[in-house]
Amino acid sequence: MEGLNVPLNHILLISSLLFIIGMLGLMIRRNIIFILMSLEVMLNSAALAFVAAGAHWGQPDGQIIFMLILSIAAAEVAVGLSLVLQVQRRFKTLDMDKVDWMRG
Amino acid sequence: MLEITLFYVAGTVALVSTILAMTRINAIHALIYLIVSLLAVAMIFYLIGAPFVAALEIVIYAGAIMVLFVFVIMMLNLGAKGNAREKTWMSASVWIAPALLATILFAELLYIIASVEGPVSTGVVGAKQVGLNLFGPYVLAVEIASMLLLAGLVGSFHLGRRYLDRAPISDLKQQQERH
Repeated sequence: MEGLNVPLNHILLISSLLFIIGMLGLMIRRNIIFILMSLEVMLNSAALAFVAAGAHWGQPDGQIIFMLILSIAAAEVAVGLSLVLQVQRRFKTLDMDKVDWMRG
Repeated sequence: MLEITLFYVAGTVALVSTILAMTRINAIHALIYLIVSLLAVAMIFYLIGAPFVAALEIVIYAGAIMVLFVFVIMMLNLGAKGNAREKTWMSASVWIAPALLATILFAELLYIIASVEGPVSTGVVGAKQVGLNLFGPYVLAVEIASMLLLAGLVGSFHLGRRYLDRAPISDLKQQQERH
């Protein structure tokens, strides 16, 4: 399979649209689970831009950055979801606005 | 020609399913749309000549990370009450102002993207090339990523263990009755 003859513009457009959707989700939703999902969408869209740029120049660097983003996403989700469990346990809610103060 | 069509179809599927995921009331439904979106992005990766990354996207993102979400949502046991509450959080007054601001940012992004030229990919970059680079010039980044994953493991173990220890028995009974 040799090269895909689509302008690089279009994939960057898809990537930025995904990022904007994720950012909107992050701002709109108050449920912590949805906030974590939005973060996943945003990380994924950034990864898409990296891989597209790597493919544009025919270099593997974009794919390597994708793997680093993948490990960041995995670590973030693991810690974030265990925090969700703690929040649900302590506050009996998933509303982020109710959890805006810290107590050990 | 077929590949170009597939690319646009996959892109549309990714966008639509992400929008649907962000607007669902039920977290599990949102998760399923999110998985569809990730699969569509994997398709895009495959089409632009990154088959290894496409496989990783499906195995790790759609496979492992989303399963983590499913587990936690099932442990939380939200039910119908959660759905009703979630609906009240989704009124138009909540999302119009952020949507406008995000649209402005998107317009700026469009302005920058418009100056980019050239085809998206010139050929396939296979797993071999990625692996050689990963353990060549990027070996320090791999080590740092492994440290990060270890930190994530230790952190989530710490938080999760306290969650289990501190659950009083009466609460567990209540949860079972509600179920």
